[in-house]
Amino acid sequence: MVKQESESANRPDNTAFTQQRLPAWQPILSAGIVIPGFVLIGLAFIGIGVALFVTSRSIQVLELDYTGDSNGSPCSSCSQSVVTNCKCSLNFTLTTLFQGPVFFYYGLSNYFQNYRRYGASKDDNQLYGDLSYFTSPSSSCSPYDYDSSKKPIVPCGSIANSMFNDTFTLTWTVNGTTNNVPLDGKGIAWWTDYNIKYRNPSVTPLKNAFNGTVKPINWAKPAYELDASDPSNNGFVNQDFLVWMRRAALPNFRKLYRRIDASGDYQKGLPAGNYTIDIAYNYPVRAFNGAKKIVFSNVSWMGGRNEFLGIAYLVIGSLCVVMSIVMLIVYAKFKFPDEE
Amino acid sequence: MCPEAAEEPSVFKSRVGLFWLKKTETMQDEKVDGDYGLIINGHSLAFALEKNLRLELLRTACMCQTVICCRVTPLQKAQVVQLVKKYKQAVTLAIGDGANDVSMIKVAHIGVGISGQEGMQAVLSSDFSFAQFRYLQRLLLVHGRWSYIRMCKFLGYFFYKNFTFTLVQFWYAFFCGFSAQTVYEDWFITFYNMVYTALPVLGMCLFDQDVNDRWSLYHPQLYAPGQKNQYFNKKAFVNCVMHSCYSSLILFFIPWASMHDTVRDDGKEIADYQSFALLAQTCLLIVVYTQLCLDTYYWTAVNHFFVWGSMVAYFSITLTMCSNGMFYMFTSSFPFIGTTRNSLNQPNVWLTIFLTFLLCILPVVAFRFIFIQLRPTINDKVRYKMRTEELPVPAPRRLRRRHSTRSGYAFSHSQGYGDLVTSRKFLMKRSTKRAPLFTQTDSSIFQNQPQHYRTIAEEAEESQGHSP
Repeated sequence: MVKQESESANRPDNTAFTQQRLPAWQPILSAGIVIPGFVLIGLAFIGIGVALFVTSRSIQVLELDYTGDSNGSPCSSCSQSVVTNCKCSLNFTLTTLFQGPVFFYYGLSNYFQNYRRYGASKDDNQLYGDLSYFTSPSSSCSPYDYDSSKKPIVPCGSIANSMFNDTFTLTWTVNGTTNNVPLDGKGIAWWTDYNIKYRNPSVTPLKNAFNGTVKPINWAKPAYELDASDPSNNGFVNQDFLVWMRRAALPNFRKLYRRIDASGDYQKGLPAGNYTIDIAYNYPVRAFNGAKKIVFSNVSWMGGRNEFLGIAYLVIGSLCVVMSIVMLIVYAKFKFPDEE
Repeated sequence: MCPEAAEEPSVFKSRVGLFWLKKTETMQDEKVDGDYGLIINGHSLAFALEKNLRLELLRTACMCQTVICCRVTPLQKAQVVQLVKKYKQAVTLAIGDGANDVSMIKVAHIGVGISGQEGMQAVLSSDFSFAQFRYLQRLLLVHGRWSYIRMCKFLGYFFYKNFTFTLVQFWYAFFCGFSAQTVYEDWFITFYNMVYTALPVLGMCLFDQDVNDRWSLYHPQLYAPGQKNQYFNKKAFVNCVMHSCYSSLILFFIPWASMHDTVRDDGKEIADYQSFALLAQTCLLIVVYTQLCLDTYYWTAVNHFFVWGSMVAYFSITLTMCSNGMFYMFTSSFPFIGTTRNSLNQPNVWLTIFLTFLLCILPVVAFRFIFIQLRPTINDKVRYKMRTEELPVPAPRRLRRRHSTRSGYAFSHSQGYGDLVTSRKFLMKRSTKRAPLFTQTDSSIFQNQPQHYRTIAEEAEESQGHSP
């Protein structure tokens, strides 16, 4: 009898879990699922692709390069001179109405904002308004943390130091009169950047918070004077600064500069006519074979103009339909599950 | 047995292993006409295992359907197993129940111990143990087969997910000035193998069954792929790497092309580094999860929980890390504040994710379907049969024999191995002539008379065999 007890003591549990008998769903790749699935996916893709392609085609984009790298191109005089604040102009003509809302972007090429050391070179605590980091910026900002006389730089780091500083004004010439097109710079950065991620130190006036610090080396004006016309657009929450600090993923990118203010003549967008852009050419890009351009664009539910998605969906949709026909032929010829 | 065979056994040398580093000698199999069996006892085996004869022994033994070595010492058992291991490049299994089987169990690749009458010695030194010999069939055909399939699926999938993850970073290097900028967020890299993809793989490896146990026993041919090492070998590994290369190209270049020069639907930035990282990592995880779903053939409730739970965990962890609260508490650790809110509400981001996911998965589905049609394996055939036909009835259980209370030592009253062991014959030393220990003649075991052995020191004309 002792032997009986010890036998059942060693016996493993007879539950579904331990004996691997759990109830389960066992799917199989059968023809009844795969082939209609491919057809449905193919047709859905073709539909989406057509919608994307048509939408993308309806978006208007105008790109104007103003690097000035060859002698005949606009702003070539400014690109070769070393004078700061050189002024040059670009002229362009619109034949039809450019539908609003129109967005004014500046674009840079061969500019690696995604470089790792560059991207790490900032101090999040400083940009959040923590005054203790004003006097001692984090070492990740080096060599842009202290200037030659050992004074702390605010905002420190390479991203802030390399902020884009060309400025543009747009004028429209019609019937001999030249009108200034109003540009709106409010709310061009992400709401979360403006309200949460970046904060000015809570010192009034803002200038006092920056006592004992210096502005970044390549900046013309310190952070608290970035926008003379709008006092709430200064310090770290300046919209242009926020747009620049949100670094781009790829070497060719565009960043929002202004919106065309939809008021008066420009309610529907930019009317047809002759336009001139006056540029203050400050930002040097020729040293690293970069390029600068201005882009006007309107948007739709899928964002800016990008034909890739539409074409990709159309191509993949047709391939799916072709594959489903191929699979149907293979299945009809071999009829696998019926063979033994 | 083999009329046209050569005089000497043929052994050829080769190199095997990962980089062909290991040198091996393999004996060729030979054709034989008819079914043969070989019975050899310990005294004869001592001669047969000498260096000049062992290859001949192995060659003869391999031509037979069955070989019975009886009255052998424990060391000889181990030597026989070692001989097969060395010259046949085969995986060996040894099963035994007594202390004299321990060395054999240890030498073989897989040692199986039977627990019971003879004590626990064999069990303690074995890899697997059970109580009855007939369970060996289940061990091999059901559990061994499942274990092999699960291991191969696990390895294939693990390499795939990690190669894909790493190769996407490699492609990004060309676009970030080779500065080692990661295309994914730092927290994602930390959590990828630990949290997001840990449990689903575990679920697949613990519970997956391609064919259930009754069908496995009914179709022993299903065991053949394991013997031929078909599911994970150099070719399978290369396939896995090529698949990863393809997936990584899709997972990088589709987001790259669709985020090129585009903006949100209100004109603001979407092609920034943080949104791109979020897009790339979401695409990667969805593709990797779907690949796991395609690889899992047996979906228990636990598998469902692990897979869908991990996906929910990814989205909730990412949303938490991009939330205001975490940013206020640990400002410099969570710089991705606001990214999910600003990029995951854009239709073009979701359309990109959808395109990437289907472009990675549909070719796999198409390939598998076409291969099943063109070249169905035994596995595919049984799986289809399983859906349409009834389960086969299990083999009727034999009546359980009552355990005998009498001891099973049938040879305790006969001479035993003493002479053989002490003769030191198998150490290949010259042994001295000794007088026989017993003088009585042979008699049947049923008469309970002691057996007479001629010792191996004497010249024996024929060896005497007894059934074990």
